[in-house]
Amino acid sequence: MDTTFQWRHKHLIGLAELSRQELEFILDTAKGFEEFSARSVKKAPTLRGKVVVNMFFEDSTRTRNSFTLAANRLSADVIEFTKTSSSVNKGETLIDTARNLEAMGVDIVVIRHSAGGAPKLLSRSINACVVNAGDGYHEHPTQALLDAYTIRQVRGSLDGLTVGIVGDIAHSRVARSNIYVLTKLGAKVIVVGPPTLMPGKIEQLGVRVSHNLDEVIEELDVINMLRIQFERLGGNMFPSVREYSHFFGLTVERVKRARPNILVMHPGPINRGVEIESEVADGPNSVILQQVSNGVAVRMAVLFLVNQAAALQGENKTGKSENQTN
Amino acid sequence: MTTRILIKNGRLIDPANNVDRVTDVLIEGDRVSHIGPVSACDAYLIKAAGKIISPGLIDLHVHFREPGDEEEETIASGSAAAVAGGFTSVVCMPNTSPSIDEATAVEFVHRMGRQARKTFIYVMGAITRERKGQELAEIGLMSQAGAIGFTDDGSGVQDASIMLKAMKYVSMFDRVICQHCQYNSLAGKGVMNAGYQSTVLGLPGIDPLAEEMMLWRDVQLVRKCNCKYHAQHLSTIGSVKIMREAKQMGLPVSCEVSPHHLLLTEDMCSDYDTNYKVNPPLRTKADIEALKQAVKEGVIDALATDHAPHLMSEKELEFLAAPFGIASLECALPLYIKALIEPGVIDWSNMLAMMTCRPAAVIGVDKGRLGVGDRADVTIIDPEAEWTIDANKFISKSRNCPYHGWKVKGKVLNTIVAGEIRYTAAS
Repeated sequence: MDTTFQWRHKHLIGLAELSRQELEFILDTAKGFEEFSARSVKKAPTLRGKVVVNMFFEDSTRTRNSFTLAANRLSADVIEFTKTSSSVNKGETLIDTARNLEAMGVDIVVIRHSAGGAPKLLSRSINACVVNAGDGYHEHPTQALLDAYTIRQVRGSLDGLTVGIVGDIAHSRVARSNIYVLTKLGAKVIVVGPPTLMPGKIEQLGVRVSHNLDEVIEELDVINMLRIQFERLGGNMFPSVREYSHFFGLTVERVKRARPNILVMHPGPINRGVEIESEVADGPNSVILQQVSNGVAVRMAVLFLVNQAAALQGENKTGKSENQTN
Repeated sequence: MTTRILIKNGRLIDPANNVDRVTDVLIEGDRVSHIGPVSACDAYLIKAAGKIISPGLIDLHVHFREPGDEEEETIASGSAAAVAGGFTSVVCMPNTSPSIDEATAVEFVHRMGRQARKTFIYVMGAITRERKGQELAEIGLMSQAGAIGFTDDGSGVQDASIMLKAMKYVSMFDRVICQHCQYNSLAGKGVMNAGYQSTVLGLPGIDPLAEEMMLWRDVQLVRKCNCKYHAQHLSTIGSVKIMREAKQMGLPVSCEVSPHHLLLTEDMCSDYDTNYKVNPPLRTKADIEALKQAVKEGVIDALATDHAPHLMSEKELEFLAAPFGIASLECALPLYIKALIEPGVIDWSNMLAMMTCRPAAVIGVDKGRLGVGDRADVTIIDPEAEWTIDANKFISKSRNCPYHGWKVKGKVLNTIVAGEIRYTAAS
C-alpha cells in the first residue's frame, strides 16, 4: 500500500473518473477494514460525531444494510431516509430534500436513485460528501469495488484475468462500474447478452461484446451474472424467461465446461433458475456471499476516505484555494 | 406628422433584392421611403457607419408559454426578448396549456402580441385537437383567425393517415404544415442522443432514426398530396440527406435548424447539466458538419431558435425529470455568426437570407425585404462588437441557456418594427 498517496475526492460518484492508483487505494484501504471486521469488537471511532444519511429513493436491502453497517462500525450516526416514490418531479425536489438534511448537519449523503446523474446533481448542490449507492443505470461504484475486491481476494490480482459480465448490460449500473474498475485493474472484460440488452457503442469502453455465452464460457476466469431486472424492462427485450435462461442462464452444465476454478459472482438479489441455477449459486465456485461480506469493508473504506478528503478540503479552505474534486 | 428615421451610412444587406452596399435608409411612418444618399433632413438619426442594416430578422420557432406557463415566459416578456435579439417577427408554437388549437386561442396570442408592442407575433395552430394526434383541429377557422401554419410541435403527428389528412386539409387554406419529426415508439423515454454518451451516462437515448423515419414518411406523404411542408429543427445526418433528396425531387418542402444543433454536441451532457437537455437532442460532431454542409448548399431554408424557456427550479432536477429546452432568443444572432460566418460556411448575405426572406417564404408572409415601399422592419447589427453572453441579464424570464459565459461577436444595436424603434442596445 502506497503510504504517500493522498485521497482527494470528497464524493464518490462513479469509477469512470478514477485512476488505477485511486481504485487500488480504495481496495487497499478496504483490506485494512476487512481485518478489522474480524475482531471481536467491530467498532472504530473514525467517524464518531459524523452523520451519515442513507437516502434511498429505490428499494434496496443489501446495499442499504451494508452501508448502515459500515457507518455503524465507524461510529457514525446514521439517518435512514426512504422515499420509494419515483415521482422526482413532483413535490419536494431532490436538491431541496438534500439541503434540508444538510441543514440538520449531515456530513455524508449515501444516495440510491432511479435517475442516472442524481448523485452528480447532488454533489453540485450541497457541501456534504456524496456517495453513490447506485443511480439509474449509470454507476454503482461500491458494488463494482466489492466485486473487484472479491476477485483480488481470491486470485491475488486482476491482471490478465478474463471476466464475463452476463445479462442486461443496457440497464445495468453494475455492469458499467464493473467495466471501469476491471479494465483499469488489468482484466479483460467480455459483456455477454442479447443485442436488445446491449447498450450502443459499449465496445468503446474497451470491452468485447458477445451474444453467445457458450462460445466464451471456456475463456472466463470470472463470470458475473447480472440480475434480470423485470421491473426495469419494458417491452420485448427477450421473448420469454425460459428462452433467456436457455441461452444466457448459468447452468451446472455450462459451469462444467468452464475452467475448473471459475469464480461465479452475482450482485444479488438472485433470480434462481432465471440467470443462475441454484446448484451453481450455492456451489463450490460461487463467491456470492463472500461478495456480500466484502461489501461492508469496501463501504467502510469509501466512507472513511470521502470524510478524510472533506476534512482536508476544510483545512485547505482556510488556506489559499479550495481543492475542487469530482 | 409622420415620424422619420434616417439610418445613415450603413451596409444595407437585403438578400431578397440582392443588395449589399453602403447607403442610407429613410423610414417615414411604417414604410421605407427612400434608399440612397440622403442629405440632412428632419429625422431621427441612427449613425450606422460600420454597421449592418438588415431587414428585420424573423424567427420561425419560439415558445412564449402563454397561456398556461406564464411563470416561464409571457408573450410580453418573450416579445421584449425577441426585439433584444433583433427579431421583428416571431412565430409562436401552439404547445401551450391549453394548446393553441382553435380560433379564439389564435386571436388571444395576437392580442397579447399587439399589447406587448415589441416584435410582430405570428401564430401556428395545432394540427390536432389538444395536440393529441387523433382528431384534426379547426384548421380552417384558425387560418381565418390568422394562423400562418400548423404544427403539433413538442411532438410529431404519429399516425400517418392523420398526417396525410392534415396535409390535404391544410392545403385548402394555402398554409404550411410543419412537423416536429419524431416517432415516439422509437424515441421511447429517451432524454438525449442515443450513442456512446448515453451508454456512459446510463440515460435512455433517442436514436436519430426516430427523427429520420418520420421525416422520410412525411416526404412520401408530400409526394402524394403536394402540400407545403416544413420540417422543424432538423438535427441529424440522415435528415439532411432525406431533405436534400426531397428538394431534388422538386417537392414543396423546407426546413430549419436551431443554433444548438450547429454548436453543441451530446458530449456536453456528460455532466448531467440539464441546460443541454433539448429535443431533438444534441447529436454528434458529424451531425453538425452535415447540417453546416446543408446550410452551405441551401438545403436548410431557415435559422430558427426553438427558444424554449424554463424555470431554473425545473432545470435543477435530475436529467431524466427536467424539461427539454434551451432559451436563446437574445443571443441567437451571434451564435449563428459563430456557427456559420466565423468558420466561413456562408457569408452575411446568405445568413441573413436564412433569417429574413427565406423564413418569410416558408410561412408565406410579405416580409423579409427592405426595399422602398416595404414595411420598415429593420435590424441594425454591429458585426464586430464582442461581448459575453450573460443569461442573468436576459429580458426573457428564463435563464436556461448553455451559452452563458460564451464570448461572442456580433450585436444587435437597434430593432425597428413598423417604423418604431422597439429596441436600442445599452451602449
